[in-house]
Amino acid sequence: MINKFAISTLALAAMTGAPAMAQDISVKLGVLNDRSGIYADLSGEGSVVAARMAVEDFKAADKGMTVEIVSADHQNKPDVGSNIARQWYDVDGVNAILDIPTSSVALAVANITHEANGVMLNSGAGSTSLTREQCRPTTVHWTYDTAALANGTGAAMTNAGGKKWFFLTADYAFGHSLEENTTAVVEANGGEVVGQVNVPFPAQDFSSFLLQAQGSGADVIGLANAGGDTVNAIKQASEFGITQAGQKLAALLMFANDVHALGPQTAQGLSLTEAFYWDQNDGTREFSQRFMDTHGSMPSMVQAGVYSATLAYLEAVQTVGSAEDGKAVVDQMKAMDIDDALFGKVTIRADGRALHDMYLFEVKTAEESTGEWDLYNQISSVTGEEAFLPMLDECDFSKQ
Amino acid sequence: MAMADKTTSTQRVEQTAGMPTLHKAIFVVLLIGLIALPFFAYPVFAMKVMCFALFAAAFNLLLGFGGLLSFGHAAYFGSASYVAAHAAKVWGLTPELSILCGTAAAGVLGFAIGSLAIRRQGIYFAMVTLAFAQMVYFVALQAEFTGGEDGIQGVPRGNLFGLFSLADNMALYFFVLAVTFGGILFLYRIVHSPFGEVLKAIRENEPRAISLGYDVNRYKLIVFTLSATMAGLAGATKSQVFQLASLTDVHWSMSGEVVLMTLLGGMGTVFGPLIGAGIIVTMQNYLATFGAWVTIIQGVIFVLGVLMFREGIVGVISRWLKKPL
Repeated sequence: MINKFAISTLALAAMTGAPAMAQDISVKLGVLNDRSGIYADLSGEGSVVAARMAVEDFKAADKGMTVEIVSADHQNKPDVGSNIARQWYDVDGVNAILDIPTSSVALAVANITHEANGVMLNSGAGSTSLTREQCRPTTVHWTYDTAALANGTGAAMTNAGGKKWFFLTADYAFGHSLEENTTAVVEANGGEVVGQVNVPFPAQDFSSFLLQAQGSGADVIGLANAGGDTVNAIKQASEFGITQAGQKLAALLMFANDVHALGPQTAQGLSLTEAFYWDQNDGTREFSQRFMDTHGSMPSMVQAGVYSATLAYLEAVQTVGSAEDGKAVVDQMKAMDIDDALFGKVTIRADGRALHDMYLFEVKTAEESTGEWDLYNQISSVTGEEAFLPMLDECDFSKQ
Repeated sequence: MAMADKTTSTQRVEQTAGMPTLHKAIFVVLLIGLIALPFFAYPVFAMKVMCFALFAAAFNLLLGFGGLLSFGHAAYFGSASYVAAHAAKVWGLTPELSILCGTAAAGVLGFAIGSLAIRRQGIYFAMVTLAFAQMVYFVALQAEFTGGEDGIQGVPRGNLFGLFSLADNMALYFFVLAVTFGGILFLYRIVHSPFGEVLKAIRENEPRAISLGYDVNRYKLIVFTLSATMAGLAGATKSQVFQLASLTDVHWSMSGEVVLMTLLGGMGTVFGPLIGAGIIVTMQNYLATFGAWVTIIQGVIFVLGVLMFREGIVGVISRWLKKPL
């Protein structure tokens, strides 16, 4: 399918045969994400819609740029994802791959992108490895990472008086690292961890763990887990009336569309950090309304990230004059001052980490919420420098 | 024992007189096709198909010829891919040694699990293998060297025998072709050996095989270990192709996928698993643009397969031709 499409496009290009004008730049973007599994709502078709909106808003056609978008479902399998990524670069002439939720797939694509001198604009994956252990000069990690979420939530809640923490930790590497990151932040801000319990992964029944957390006397119960586990834990915490009884529930990795699915009735009082919420300012509202009209739901921060990263990428390509040399385009992105309608001021650090403000939100109660998508109260914000981990020396590509 | 082996082998020659020529012809056509393939299709995709074809063929040895339904073959496939990836990345071994390490690990694991699992039959056997596979998944999730849910990434492609670089897709393709084609020929040889005949006898009527004096458990253990080893060879090779090992390879759904490939292609046929693997992998790859439709299309094809090709695609063709394939 991908192949045929590429061949027909090539054939078309060959047939028209007109010699390309000097300022003509052609760019091919590939949106690679989960379109059928657990991240389909978060990224999926919505990310393709976001990328298309970015191309329209950039007015690429007026600037002599032809931008084409292809998309595929990596099914959350690294081998499927890496196969598609290779084929896109080697055969189909894709210049940049966007989105890519699921860390294992994102890391595989980061390596392939580097080999092919393409560009990876990652919005969907949370692994900090993308700009640390496995940093690559062709990677831009736009929206969030798990450390920033843990940092934002941990610091803001501790400063707001949640001094005593109790963790429900998914018992595998990811859960432990999330707990570790947050613990460090909580302690640095004068809080303490009064206890933690390892929950087998994946888990259906959280009742005994929630009872332990309830009995621990902690101010904040931190959910160091993700996806279905977080959703299950929140549902059961709501049945136990934990937030109503005065304890705070903090989700360390969660997205607006999960909260929307749970509804304010169940998720009320939950604290979480995000990089973007549709109802923040006129810019986000205007974009989100247009997105809603096309896609039928409000954008998640991942989809918003795809939009903004694409805009910045296209601008960099225009400055460089060609999309062929991925590293040159990424270097240009790092050199630019980006003032984005959705993320505000964004700088891309030498290691590829995009720095922008992160916000702590609390889910509104059912009474406060005035509509289906009226979900959050903004509590506080942290700057990108505070939220994201500092750069590692070996990832400072400006010196290499 | 020896006499019994001899009679079965002579019987085979009588029964299948003239047949090997057809198989030989198919293998030659297949080999020519595979040599030409990378010039038409994308080599990495073709390598993936070959790895899964070997995996399905190894699984078919156990299910189709041994009559043992294992629901945990991802354990051998996946653990071999982890070991091979680790060997290449951390120990810095050459590709062929890494693959050997992975294959050997799968063989040892297969022997250990097999020696416990074969004590039960039918559904209990399937459940025991599934339980052990879940344990392997747990280890892959928790152990330090596997990298948790990120997997082992960025495995170098290395130099074959320390001499020939496999960084180029074409070079790697012909290496993978040699490994998988060799593996499939080896499996073919096992199936058509006296040992294979005894296996089929056990599959058809176990009490009778016992009454003829065969040590049935020994045969079962050997075939289980062989199947696990070859599944490991496939997994180890795949980790070199994609330069990564991840939880997908050890997940139970991978065990399910290989059952699907084998059944769709034709259980107990030589070429069925290869066709089945080709179809499933192609669907996963080329339908990727359809997003959520992939699983639906896969489901419809499976339902059609069950309704119209109950013996699998190759099984039906084989019935039309009245010749075993």
